[in-house]
Amino acid sequence: MPRYYTEEHEWIDVDGDVATVGITDFAQSQLGDIVFVEVPDTGAELSAGGDAAVVESVKAASDVYAPVDGNVTEGNGQLEEDPALVNSDPEGEGWFFRMTLSDKSQLDGLMNADAYKAFIADL
Amino acid sequence: MSETEQAGEEAVGTETLPLDAWHRAKGGRMVEFAGYWMPIQYEGIMAEHLWTRENAGLFDVSHMGQLALSGEGAAQALEALVPGDISALKPGRMRYSLLLNEEGGILDDLMVTNEGDQLGIVVNGAVKWEDIGHLREYLPDDITLNHRDDHGLLALQGPKAVDALARLVPEAAGLVFMQHRRAAWNGHAIGISRSGYTGEDGFEISLPNEALTAFADALCAMDEVKPIGLGARDSLRLEAGLPLYGHDLDEEIDPVEGDLGFAISKRRREEGGFPGAARILGHLEGGAPRKRVGLLVDGKLPVREGAKLFDGNTEIGVVTSGGFAPSVGAPIAMGYVPRDHAVPGTAIAAEVRGKRVHCTVAAMPFVPHRYVRKQGG
Repeated sequence: MPRYYTEEHEWIDVDGDVATVGITDFAQSQLGDIVFVEVPDTGAELSAGGDAAVVESVKAASDVYAPVDGNVTEGNGQLEEDPALVNSDPEGEGWFFRMTLSDKSQLDGLMNADAYKAFIADL
Repeated sequence: MSETEQAGEEAVGTETLPLDAWHRAKGGRMVEFAGYWMPIQYEGIMAEHLWTRENAGLFDVSHMGQLALSGEGAAQALEALVPGDISALKPGRMRYSLLLNEEGGILDDLMVTNEGDQLGIVVNGAVKWEDIGHLREYLPDDITLNHRDDHGLLALQGPKAVDALARLVPEAAGLVFMQHRRAAWNGHAIGISRSGYTGEDGFEISLPNEALTAFADALCAMDEVKPIGLGARDSLRLEAGLPLYGHDLDEEIDPVEGDLGFAISKRRREEGGFPGAARILGHLEGGAPRKRVGLLVDGKLPVREGAKLFDGNTEIGVVTSGGFAPSVGAPIAMGYVPRDHAVPGTAIAAEVRGKRVHCTVAAMPFVPHRYVRKQGG
């Protein structure tokens, strides 16, 4: 299952026509203690680069963008009870939402793991 | 992903404080604040906040302005600009006061200490240059104003602060809340006061810049002391119900609106003679149209500065500070509401990203103050 990364520090796992989206370990380490996550409603229509979710740390609210176009099939309900999952397991249990892929060619513009690693090393 | 609220502002021309390298070596994440690079956090805001409530946290507040007034009649001269009874301040005592404009609006909040031979004043870093300009303009020429920028300021806060500091400076244990004294450490002349801005017992220590690193190291070598960043300083003061200038207080707000009526001393209420006295005394007498209040927030969604407040569909006010409160375990906020909504228990709503969040007006502090007001008490 290939995983892609955005320059806005989201990751996206693609499995057929459905993708899972979250924020990277680098992103959670920059945000610090996460106290609230607002995930999109099922059925919400997302467009690449548009607002998809909000993550609130102790100090600030940050927007999470949709990496590609598509519709939300599921938000991670666990984050409502336990937003700190984003700190403890950002690239696993701390996923944000699942979505359909309207245009798979959009994935070509994203980074793979090595490219993302090089990208954050330069920040 | 991007932050919608930035901790810092414009980073051009940002200056470094004497402990800059020390913060970086301790793993501090540096942000621009009040014109300086300062640590927002080391290990994490939540952990640092809770550590301070249970142990002792060391804060570098050297960005604040340390001023001194001297000359015959300095206390009386300062009283023309602030509503506190400065003349009655005994040597070794300090008081919270407010620099006011002609309309009674708050230019800054500050601490005034009678150091015996001079009045020490500590002002907010973000407005210290404006404060200095204001004092120079309005104080008589025979009063000397010194900016003690060759000194840094550290705050050691928390229930174990007294034990830690007394190992270095034994005289510290003899002070009570809002008391100040001079002392020596390693041959350096220092000033210590039992004061701070977290709601906990603690101290503020003024030292020559060249002594800061060794003093900070000596404290942090102790098991109960850790360095704490600006992030936790903000959440601690919010829980303590203490306003932050530039957010909860500004030039449009007078002391009564700001719920700081205690800073207008009894004699000054009777005599007036401070800027904006007509408006302020009128508000003390008949009530201010709006008031700073605490808000307990339902649920987990933080309500932050700028959120509008509603009673039904009517917009009634605005949040001036807010966030998750680690010791409360829930979001809390401060804001301004009309007088008739300022009673604790009043149910209102805040708007966050188009959604209404239920809030209840609450008495402050949210976490009880633990100041040591009496020796052995």
